[in-house]
Amino acid sequence: MSIAPSPAREDSAPRTLATPPGKRSRRPRRSGAGRQLHGGRITYAVLGVVTFISLFPLVWTAIAASRNNTRLAETPPPFWFGGNLFKNLEIAWTDANMGSALLNTLVVAGTVSVGTVLFSTLAGFAFAKLRFRFKNALLLLVIGTMMVPPQLSVVPLYMMVAKLSWSDQLQAVILPTLVTAFGVFFMRQYLLQALPTEIIEAARVDGANSLRVLWHVVFPAARPAMAVLGMLTFVQSWNDFFWPIIALTQNGSPTVQVALTGLGRGYIPDQSVIMAGALLGTLPLLIAFVVFGKQIVGGIMQGAVKG
Amino acid sequence: MASEFSAAAPSSVEEGAAAPASGVAVASGPPQDPGREAADRRRERRSRWYRRDVKWSPYAFIAPFFLFFAAFGLFPLLYTGWASLHRVELTAPNDMEWIGLRNYTRLLDDEFFWNALQNTFTIGILSTVPQLLMALGIAHLLNYRLRGSMFFRVAALTPYATSVAAATLVFVMLFGRDYGMINWFLSLAGFEHIDWQNGSFTSQLAVSSIVVWRWTGYNALIYLAAMQSIPSDLYESAALDGASRWQQFLHVTLPSLRPTILFTVVVSTIGAIQLFGEPLLFNGGGGATGGSEHQFQTLGLYLYEQGWTNLHLGRASAIAWAMFLLLIVIGLVSLAVTRWLRRGEGKA
Repeated sequence: MSIAPSPAREDSAPRTLATPPGKRSRRPRRSGAGRQLHGGRITYAVLGVVTFISLFPLVWTAIAASRNNTRLAETPPPFWFGGNLFKNLEIAWTDANMGSALLNTLVVAGTVSVGTVLFSTLAGFAFAKLRFRFKNALLLLVIGTMMVPPQLSVVPLYMMVAKLSWSDQLQAVILPTLVTAFGVFFMRQYLLQALPTEIIEAARVDGANSLRVLWHVVFPAARPAMAVLGMLTFVQSWNDFFWPIIALTQNGSPTVQVALTGLGRGYIPDQSVIMAGALLGTLPLLIAFVVFGKQIVGGIMQGAVKG
Repeated sequence: MASEFSAAAPSSVEEGAAAPASGVAVASGPPQDPGREAADRRRERRSRWYRRDVKWSPYAFIAPFFLFFAAFGLFPLLYTGWASLHRVELTAPNDMEWIGLRNYTRLLDDEFFWNALQNTFTIGILSTVPQLLMALGIAHLLNYRLRGSMFFRVAALTPYATSVAAATLVFVMLFGRDYGMINWFLSLAGFEHIDWQNGSFTSQLAVSSIVVWRWTGYNALIYLAAMQSIPSDLYESAALDGASRWQQFLHVTLPSLRPTILFTVVVSTIGAIQLFGEPLLFNGGGGATGGSEHQFQTLGLYLYEQGWTNLHLGRASAIAWAMFLLLIVIGLVSLAVTRWLRRGEGKA
């Protein structure tokens, strides 16, 4: 919240991301910060329960998706996988048009992430290191807009989309989310500490123009934070719901989230197919979490200290 | 901000040898040989270009953000206010009839609006308070030195990767009246089957649980990040004073986390006021009513129902501005609380 984080919070931030690669041992045993007490049995037990609760609904999604509707209408509910997984995945894939929905979501989330990272880095750099008029007022404006909920703009956005005949086209959900105030603020806070002003000055003395400074100095320094912001934005954009469900339809060019809402709406909704669809829509991000889990965790913790 | 580089410094270095007056007086001397003159002119052009670059590039860097923000953020925000003073139907969004504040006065007498407001508050408290308290506890545990600590962290964060749609669809099944896992589990303990969806409090509890499930781990990591930046000598001196672990948590951890806690409270409150996807999908195929008796209809959902089911875009805009005002009030209150906390710190 505060623009200037307190010193205690500030100091842990660059340590995770800005330390040179050579020194980057896993969580250095630094003397100044954190506690290094060993966890006892109770700690492990409670964290085990937390892990179970966190993962169980996802595992059960897969279990339900591997059964059929009749089995799901019996007690006790199934606790292990059945044999219908691929059949249900196939039905969900065709019914909800999952193939194109996944592709649409990939295009939307990809474009939004690239745009957000690029524009946030540009603006964040300007706010962190350059001098220009109205800088503080403009920065205050950026921070102010972080509070504005998306609900406040849906009615005019809907009118705009109707007027431009963009309804059911992907640019209708891409363009309004292409920049975020959070991204600008995040990059500013990072570059403020991670980019030494002397380097920019040195590049300037060597006669580098702004674009060269950007390319050879700012982007390399900002890369860790850009990666973090890109991942966070991708997850958020992938899961975005409120505006896509207004701008897109299930039969046009839906994102995964929109496609999911139309799934299994027959006379008797087939729950196992619905679960298969939910699984299909979640799986890409889950795989990404397994692969990049450490970086994503680090990124969120990094963003927390910045926020 | 004193460390920003100065706009003039590099150009004077570059021009230093040839033209000390840096581009202003170069051309005033007597005519010299053509080659040198051309070089001077080139240098002058370069330095002028350079100064322009330094002066205008910051604006170029912030321009994309502000252009998009103006088009898709600021303009819609203001236009929502304008639309809220009109009668506008979804079927003909460009036919606007001025009706002044009638959309707002209508809201004051609208039982569904007050119902939605009340539900938003109840669900907000039911989801935010347990979420943040549990997150605090989990962060405390994750802060111990643990085997497989990264596994626990990633696992706690997985719900965050699950979309609102997927999570809600699963929870609808888990909370099913006849065959749901939760009722089956409760029946083992001797409880009757609960009709989660149709009860007023039970449905709000169920909707809240989806929010709690998705966001607790995320908040735990935010608290963990803040905990790791607490200097350990604070704990050491507390331990020397004979403080138990619980007392250390109360008197060292919590006070140091105050700004972070305030931050998460504000963020989750904003999220709670906007709550939309969970109550929409928890209704199964029932649309935006928030249950047969509107028992879990939130403000966000009511806005959507007014605009996109009942086709009254003007009324939807008025609800949006009511939500905005609510957020501003919350923002001011949190600002006041921050001030008050700071003053408390100053005294201590």
